[in-house]
Order: sequence, then C-alpha cells, then structure tokens
Amino acid sequence: MHAPQGGLMVAIKATLKRDLTLMLRRRGEVLNPLVFFALVITLFPIGISPDPELLASIAPGLLWVAALLAALLSLDSLFRSDYDDGSLEQLLLAPQPLAALGLAKVAVHWLLTGLPLALMAPLLGIMLSLPAGSYAVLALSLALGTASLSLIGAIGAALTVGLARGGVLLSLLVLPLYIPVLIFGAGAVQAAIFGEGIAAHLAILGALLALALMLAPWAIAASLRISING
Amino acid sequence: MWAFINKLRSPKWFYAISAKLQPLFWVAATLLLLVGTVWGLAFAPADYQQGNSFRIIYVHVPAAFLAQSIFVSMAVSGLVFMVWKIKVADMVATVMAPLGAAMTFVALFSGAVWGVPTWGTWWMWDARLTSMLILLFLYLGVIALRGAFSSRDSGSRAASVLAMVGVINIPIIKYSVDWWYTLHQPATFTITGRSAMTMDMWAPLLIMVLGFYSFFIALTLMRTRSEILRREANKRWVRELAEETN
Repeated sequence: MHAPQGGLMVAIKATLKRDLTLMLRRRGEVLNPLVFFALVITLFPIGISPDPELLASIAPGLLWVAALLAALLSLDSLFRSDYDDGSLEQLLLAPQPLAALGLAKVAVHWLLTGLPLALMAPLLGIMLSLPAGSYAVLALSLALGTASLSLIGAIGAALTVGLARGGVLLSLLVLPLYIPVLIFGAGAVQAAIFGEGIAAHLAILGALLALALMLAPWAIAASLRISING
Repeated sequence: MWAFINKLRSPKWFYAISAKLQPLFWVAATLLLLVGTVWGLAFAPADYQQGNSFRIIYVHVPAAFLAQSIFVSMAVSGLVFMVWKIKVADMVATVMAPLGAAMTFVALFSGAVWGVPTWGTWWMWDARLTSMLILLFLYLGVIALRGAFSSRDSGSRAASVLAMVGVINIPIIKYSVDWWYTLHQPATFTITGRSAMTMDMWAPLLIMVLGFYSFFIALTLMRTRSEILRREANKRWVRELAEETN
C-alpha cells in the first residue's frame, strides 16, 4: 500500500495515452463513422436529385447533419468497453477528480471522431458541389462544433452506459441538445457562401464550446457515478 | 430553515399537509378556469383581424407558460433531490414530467389549429413552434430515461441530471432557434393582437393562466400523494392508514 503517485496531470496524460492506444488498435471503430458519413452523403443525391445547383444550395445543412449523426453513432462506444471490462470503476476509484479524467476521454473521442469528420467534410463537399470559398469554414466549424458535440454527447453516453440497449435512448436524449451547435455550424457555412461575415457564427460556436467545457465534465462525472452505482 | 427542510424530508408530513392544500387548489382551479373560459369564449370582443379564431389564445398561451415552468420546476426538484436527498422532491419531479409533456403537446396542437385560419397551414417552422417541439423532445427524453433503469433510485438520479442539463440548455436552444428563424425566414406574418391586447381581452387570459397554474398544482399534489403511497407502501404509517380506511 503506497500513496498514489503523481498529480492530476500524470493521471490525465495516462488516460489520454491509454485511450489513444486502445482506439488506434481498433481502427474499425475510428473508420466506421467516416464511412457512415460518406454513405449518408451518397444517399442524398440519390434520394433527392443529382442536380448540382439544388445540391449546392442544401449542401451546408446536409454535411452538418450527416457529420452530427456520424458523431452521434460513435458515442455509444465512448464508455461502453470501459464499463464492460471494469476499468470505468477504476477511474471512479482514482484519487484524481473524475471530471478531469472524463474530459481526457472526451478529448480522445473528439480527436479520433470529430477531427477526422471535419477533415473529411470538404472532400464530400466537392461531391455535393459546395460553392467555393466555404470549404475552410466548413472544416473549421465542424472541428469547433464536434468538440461541443462530443462533450454534450458524453453526458448522454455516461447516463446510458449502464443500460443494456441504450443506443436509441442515447440519441433521443442527445439530439435535442445538439440543435444550437447545428444552427450555428451550418449557419457559418451558409454565411461563407453568401459572403457574409463568419466571425459571429464561429465566435458563438466557440462560446458554446467554452460553456460545454466548463459544465459538461461535472455532468459527465455525476452521470458515470449514477451508472456505476446503479 | 433546517427544521423546515427536515420536515420536507418526510413523505408522511408532505402527505398530511398536501391533504389540506389540495382542496384549496382544486376549488381555485375550477373557479378560475370556469370564469376564464366563459369570459374568454363568450364575452371578450373578437379580434378585428382574426375574428373569433384568436380565442384559441386562452388555451394556447397558458399551456405554453406551463410547459416551460414545469420543466424548470422539474429541474429544481431534481436539484433538491440530488443535493439534499429529499425523496418527495423526486416524487414531485416524477409526476410532473408527463403533465409537462402533455402541456407542451397541448400548446403545439392548439398552435397548429390556430395556424390554419391565421397562416393557412397546420405547421410553420416558426421560432416559437420549433422551440416548443424541441421542449417536447426534452420531456420525452427525461421520461424515457427514468423508465429505462431497472433500479428506481438510479432512474431518479439520471432523470434529475438530465433535467438539469436540459434546463441549462433551454435558453440556449431558445435563442439559437430565434436567431436561426430570423436568418432564414423574414417575418411575413405576426401574431396580431398579442402585444397590443386590450384590457377586456387580456383579463380573461390572465385568469386562464392562473387557472392553469392552480390546476397544475392541484394535480401535482394529488399525483404526488398517490406516488407517496405507492413508494412507501411497506412503511408502517401507510399500512396503518390503509387499515383505518378499511
């Protein structure tokens, strides 16, 4: 029996490293949301019309909604395997605050889900003939927005991780809370297309992220405690 | 203060005090709703633009008020339950959720019915309607989450956390939907007669709002009482109560 070694930073670094290693060993889980994203985007021209002008006019919304759904699908696995093998209980027992460790897990989730989605979106934008000049904004707004999505979604994932079939329930809980991010994310791309200022949209996305960063970790920690002890 | 909070902890005390309060609120609700309905439907003057169809306001606005207040009260009860572990607070939150969802639905439905004569369509992606729809989804989420847990205590705590997360998000959702709406659709219509209501239209509305609130309090007290009996069925005082009535 010895005192826990290292402070908060050590624990956060260890969690980051462990989660990154685990996720990179399961490449399928990293790739699946991206494939899903591409597939959903393929469905729209088939379902609506291949007309480039029509597609260009709805492309910002389509890309944002599809990316949001892809991010949502990946949420269920955020705490699932840790819950199944008991390492989540170890996180709860750690002397460091659970909120900080949960935040580290969410950061890894964003790094391997949100960021790749943001990088891939311009490619799919070409396929939807998204007007020039909005590609960088699309990637930037998605990168900022998906970070908030990961944080908010992690609350839902933590609340439902103890349930055997929490998948559909998770989307029911989380999707209404995603709406502000969707509005300002898609709005930024629209504004870039119309040549309006995008700073306001991105600033609000940043504000939402700041708010989520401040409050979500506590909600995630409380929810994980409920799921483990229940 | 602490003595009062400690009293609140006891479902038995709540059961006793609510037995006294409940009839008061039922009487108030019946009177107010009766007066408000008759005044609003029969005596208030018709709107000069919308004619008689504006009278839907007497159901629509009180329902919309309640829909929002109930969510806030639910979150406050959740906070009280999480912080002080007062079981009655959770019972109140449990029985309030379906009522809040019902009120949201009433507000949405009456809005849709009102939309037919005013806008010529059942549904518009109007900022108010859209935020109301999202509120309905938030209610359904809280109810579904509570039901999904096999242990009641976990379900209660999860629903409390979700209600608190929801209540922080409601203003954000409201403002972003307003922004979205003004960005996408120029205001081609306004709901007339709302801002510039005359006294004889406004007074029955106030009475209806008060009536809806009294009804909500009375119904919540009644349903909390049955929830107390259901959850405390094994306690001695409940069994004694059952023997007395038999």
